[in-house]
Amino acid sequence: MALLEVRDLHAGMDEREILRGFDLTVNAGEVHAIMGPNGSGKTTLSHIISGKPGYQVSAGQILFNDEDLLAMEPEERAGKGIFLAFQYPVEIPGVTTMNFLRTALNAQRKARGQKEFSTPDFLKRAREIAKSLNIPQGMLKRGFNVGFSGGEKKRNEILQMALFESSLCILDEIDSGLDIDALRIVSNSINALRSPERAMIVITHYRRLLDYIAPDFVHVMSKGRVRKRGGRELALELEACGYAQFEGAA
Amino acid sequence: MKQVLAREADAGRAKSNLFTAAHGRLPGCGPVAHIRARAFEAYERAGLPHRRIEAWKYTDLCALIGEVLPLAPRPDAAALVRAKSSVMQAAADQAVKLVLVDGIFAPELSDVGSLENGIDVRSLREILENPANSAMAGLVLSTTTDAMISLNAAMATDGLVITIAEGSAIKRPIQIVHVATSLSVSDFTRSYLQLGKGAHAAVVETFVAADGASRYQTNDAIIVLVGDEASLSYIRVAADAADAVNLSSGIIVVGTRASLNLFSMTCSGSIGRYQGFVTLAGEGSRLSANGVNLIREKQHADTTIVVDHAGPHCISRNKFHAVVDDCGRSVFQGQVVVRPASQKTEAALMTRALLLSDQAEADNKPELEILADDVTCGHGSTSGALDTSLIFYLRARGLSEKDAQALLIRAFIGEPIEEIPAGNLREFVTARAEHWLRAR
Repeated sequence: MALLEVRDLHAGMDEREILRGFDLTVNAGEVHAIMGPNGSGKTTLSHIISGKPGYQVSAGQILFNDEDLLAMEPEERAGKGIFLAFQYPVEIPGVTTMNFLRTALNAQRKARGQKEFSTPDFLKRAREIAKSLNIPQGMLKRGFNVGFSGGEKKRNEILQMALFESSLCILDEIDSGLDIDALRIVSNSINALRSPERAMIVITHYRRLLDYIAPDFVHVMSKGRVRKRGGRELALELEACGYAQFEGAA
Repeated sequence: MKQVLAREADAGRAKSNLFTAAHGRLPGCGPVAHIRARAFEAYERAGLPHRRIEAWKYTDLCALIGEVLPLAPRPDAAALVRAKSSVMQAAADQAVKLVLVDGIFAPELSDVGSLENGIDVRSLREILENPANSAMAGLVLSTTTDAMISLNAAMATDGLVITIAEGSAIKRPIQIVHVATSLSVSDFTRSYLQLGKGAHAAVVETFVAADGASRYQTNDAIIVLVGDEASLSYIRVAADAADAVNLSSGIIVVGTRASLNLFSMTCSGSIGRYQGFVTLAGEGSRLSANGVNLIREKQHADTTIVVDHAGPHCISRNKFHAVVDDCGRSVFQGQVVVRPASQKTEAALMTRALLLSDQAEADNKPELEILADDVTCGHGSTSGALDTSLIFYLRARGLSEKDAQALLIRAFIGEPIEEIPAGNLREFVTARAEHWLRAR
């Protein structure tokens, strides 16, 4: 049984079809890269998998551990183990990072039938993970993402990914807004979280990220569906030829 | 137009002469009776405030309540028993409670025996009934041009006169608990709080209802004098019965190099208005005036703060947030006046409203009137709904939509609440706000 199975997905927004027959199968432990030009539907796919309201699915299905994902609310999906690392993480003034993390973690543990963390246990765990990601402890006391640099926000996403122990992590253009050093730090952190139980979908425009995070499979998207699939060598091919070869494909 | 005005004025006049009906039960005679009669005349001339009075434009009492209900009976033993459990629930941690039941001081429910040195508490009734105290009575029952303050002076049945001696640092908060126990009546309380030079204290005033109390009208006023170099935290929480009317006024004077931290929260009641008139009278005084309205159903809550910068080098910061759900209506009027001699004034006024439904309404009116030329003043106002991208982010992290909303609302109201000095009173206000959130 696949961890995630997307079958012939047709979806859009405001009567505009964005995904036009998208297929994808992801097994536990695999890292899939989805590449494609702007407007190809990559972010829409990540939003639909994580349950963002506003999209209409006209055909197809998404199964997660053989359960119908489309029938679930976003919070249920998070509880089932789906994590979306946002391209543009939000800022929440008035909510400290630590308070946010604890609230979210315990909500997910509760949904999974696990015991909620006590405050001391949570603090210990969050501090350990933050340390392993080189996140200063002072950042945890600040308003959630308030005043954070682009790199800090992305590291905050990775911190959550580690803390929540999600089984499917979707990284939506995690490389955007990062300089070379920050990209290396974030990529190393993501690599450290690879495990036989956890799958990742890495959405990116650029091969650069895939130099750091080696994918098992690469899917090239254009106009709402996969135009080509291959191994990591496909990313090299794209670097040489660009996306133009797929733009005209019907 | 004349007919409309006349109708509004008529509606404002008591349908039965409140003052005459209550006359025999109001404490004080001679000079006090004279003060009351003049105050009632002032009220009758103005009538209930209506929308053509600029300060009451958004809270038209003629339309909202129509008339003032008859005076509440003196609480009997059964009322005191019913009030007791409400007092227990309303009590702030560590606070010394002073309880007024239906407008009458109830020493048997109060912690009068555990007052710290430096605090003197007397009931207003005791002062008014002693002819030797006529000067003090005149001070406590002073009025302004506001009709509700005039009516309060005319009708005050009791209240508290609290003086804190020069240099006293009062450790435990003083909590004035107003409990209503009756149905379809009015209660009137007038209090006076004076901090001597260099004194420090925290006072919380809470309005609650006993089981069975409903449709009552509270008219409360307090005069506060913060002496030179003194500091006061004054917190007001209106948590009345769902169909109650609460009209409260504060006339506050802050002395030289003194500071006042003022906070007002309305989280229940049908119609509420808190109007605080703060004068920064000395040089170098500071005011932090903040508040929260938590409104739902058809509630109407108005917070009006007028800050008069009468001395130079004073600083005032005013931060007011409203959360309005269902068909509720929140009003915030903030006015800062900087007099010509008040150079080097710093004043900031910010009001924000969070509307949780399409029918919710927030009327925000920040105003600056600057008559000096070397000042730093600013104001702002925003209104909006919860950000859907924030809600989705939180849901994608496992929070239900309701919990996500609660987290964002908590953060929104947390900003003014955090202006309350850390400690028991901030926790007390936070707990009240949490109670409102849980009931959503």
